[in-house]
Amino acid sequence: MTDGVLLELRHVVTELPIDGEYLPVVREVSFVARRGEVVGLVGESGSGKSMTARSILRLLPRGGRTRGQILFDGADILTADSSTLRMLRARRIAMIFQDPRAHVDPLYRCGDHLDDALRIHLGLGRNAARTRSLELLAEVGIADPGRVYRSYPGELSGGMLQRVMIAGALAVDPDLLIADEPTTALDVTIQADIMAILDGLRHRRHLSAVFITHDLELAAMICDRVLVMYAGRVLEDRTTADLFSRPLHPYTAGLLRARPLLEGRRDRLETIPGRPPRLVEIGDGCPFAPRCGFVEDACRSGAPIPREVEPGQATACRRSEDLVAQLAPAGETR
Amino acid sequence: MSGTVPTVAVDALTRIFRGRSGLRRIAWENAAVREVTFAIDAGESLALVGESGSGKTTIARMLVGLESPTSGRMWLGGHELTGRPGRETRRLRAASIQVVFQDPYTSLTPHQSVRSALDEVQGVFFSRSPAERQARTSALLEAVGLDQREGAALPRRLSGGQRQRAAIARALAVEPRVLILDEPVSALDVSIQAQILNLLADLRRSLDLTYLFITHDLAVVRQVADRVVVLYRGRVVELGRVEVILGHPLHPYTQRLLESVPRLHAIPQRRAAVIGELATGCVFRARCPLAQAICEQEPGLAEVGPGHSCRCWLVAAVEGAARTDLPTDVGGESCLPRAVPPPSGHGGTTGP
Repeated sequence: MTDGVLLELRHVVTELPIDGEYLPVVREVSFVARRGEVVGLVGESGSGKSMTARSILRLLPRGGRTRGQILFDGADILTADSSTLRMLRARRIAMIFQDPRAHVDPLYRCGDHLDDALRIHLGLGRNAARTRSLELLAEVGIADPGRVYRSYPGELSGGMLQRVMIAGALAVDPDLLIADEPTTALDVTIQADIMAILDGLRHRRHLSAVFITHDLELAAMICDRVLVMYAGRVLEDRTTADLFSRPLHPYTAGLLRARPLLEGRRDRLETIPGRPPRLVEIGDGCPFAPRCGFVEDACRSGAPIPREVEPGQATACRRSEDLVAQLAPAGETR
Repeated sequence: MSGTVPTVAVDALTRIFRGRSGLRRIAWENAAVREVTFAIDAGESLALVGESGSGKTTIARMLVGLESPTSGRMWLGGHELTGRPGRETRRLRAASIQVVFQDPYTSLTPHQSVRSALDEVQGVFFSRSPAERQARTSALLEAVGLDQREGAALPRRLSGGQRQRAAIARALAVEPRVLILDEPVSALDVSIQAQILNLLADLRRSLDLTYLFITHDLAVVRQVADRVVVLYRGRVVELGRVEVILGHPLHPYTQRLLESVPRLHAIPQRRAAVIGELATGCVFRARCPLAQAICEQEPGLAEVGPGHSCRCWLVAAVEGAARTDLPTDVGGESCLPRAVPPPSGHGGTTGP
């Protein structure tokens, strides 16, 4: 099954200096993304999902450090020299962000951004770059590519600019796209359009992607696999349909029951007591134990590493086999 | 309305922002809110739904006096707010309407503990002895689920959910009848959202509160609202009971909103992005898949069922058959917005 593996993280630990002390924000994260596969990293704020993604491109805040292995096409990114790293970032791994405006120079026209990428990284001439840029803008569903090509970022709406960013990310035909909450700042109808574009692109281009979101339902729309993260750890690594119909971790089950339903009012939303731990509060054992309704003494010691309970289905809950029935999504109107 | 006085009412409420911008100081005009009319009965929860730029927050700001309407009228508990001197409206508002904002951190004083903020509000609004204040403050903290230690903390020491509880306590301190909740759970993580939504439901029941709930999240609307007003670019496009609006929406925009909610296995349709908008006619015309010649004229808000109104020529043509002022060139069934089947089965959060 190692065929077609594009990206593999092995026991990745990322630490950031906080008040003069290194604290782990990513703990023992391991997963695999195959060619053509979209892997979702889902979690609440502070769960380590963004830092995991940034570790892949070594785009950490100042002072951050990562250990473990991050194998991209067989080579370890963490030991790559700076020219290899530059080539990876420029040509093979593209990233889009939640706030496109923070990642674009407001004094360059959108067309210049795209042209530059094509000319510098692919060596296209001026006219060829322009033609390709307009094609890319059309590919991300922009009705009037010429007008957007001539526009400054400040003249475009957030949704339109995110389309331009996607076009820019795809300009060099990367192998892997990392999308960090790309629709969180957008209106829901625009979000639906962007998701449809990403979904079309992944099928047309056989793109692999790491898709980061706090929204379980959104992840379900596009991801083949979903990793549920909490306090820097992976709690579940599952195929999407299986995760939603049969959660194997009390945290995932709790999240699914806490959401209001579009289909009808719930008498009362089930809540998860307490709140996610702060970095300094995370100790040994399962990080969810203090909030878990099924906790046992043994949960409080030893690192919870996801183990495969069935082919392709891993959970970090040591009690998952006993709890399957109790973790099933509530019956209600579903 | 059954003859009783609504707790909150607005009639043809309009707010137009004007300005000049750019090197050539070109004048612009933006009707953020255009002739919005609705009423909320005592104890009812009404949701204002719409995307950015729909005018939902501007309506809230006008109701609490942070913004003045360009035209139109507002009432609070039977008293008209518009056309009165500021002193009187301030008193009317302070005693009966309070607001909770999306970001509790920017709406709490950073150097004041939650307790002291609650004490201060009571000092301003009620003449109470220090002992009475203390007792009342403790009761408020308990009502929103904060313990004594959290009550004594500064806002920055609290988590997002605890801050939102503190903001709710402060809003309740003046014993209002109406709470405006402006995206109160949008910034919170799912596990905390549920706690706050349950708290708001409990408070509404126990204190007999009336809610104006502003949100873009339709699942939250289902959970908290009795009736829904759907806004698009400052206009009310559809209004009705929550089960009708979310179960059988008629306006093409409401249908589009509902289709856009992420669901398992649902791949949304891709539509070309449209730049700019059209200044005249139906507000949704530029994005509407059903737009036709008639839509260059602006449709009125027409009653299409009991308590259900919709601003669309194509819906009105069929649903409002009794109307005589209909344009003649509107087709029949063929141009009706397709009915969206009520979401069921694999929707929401779980698989089959």
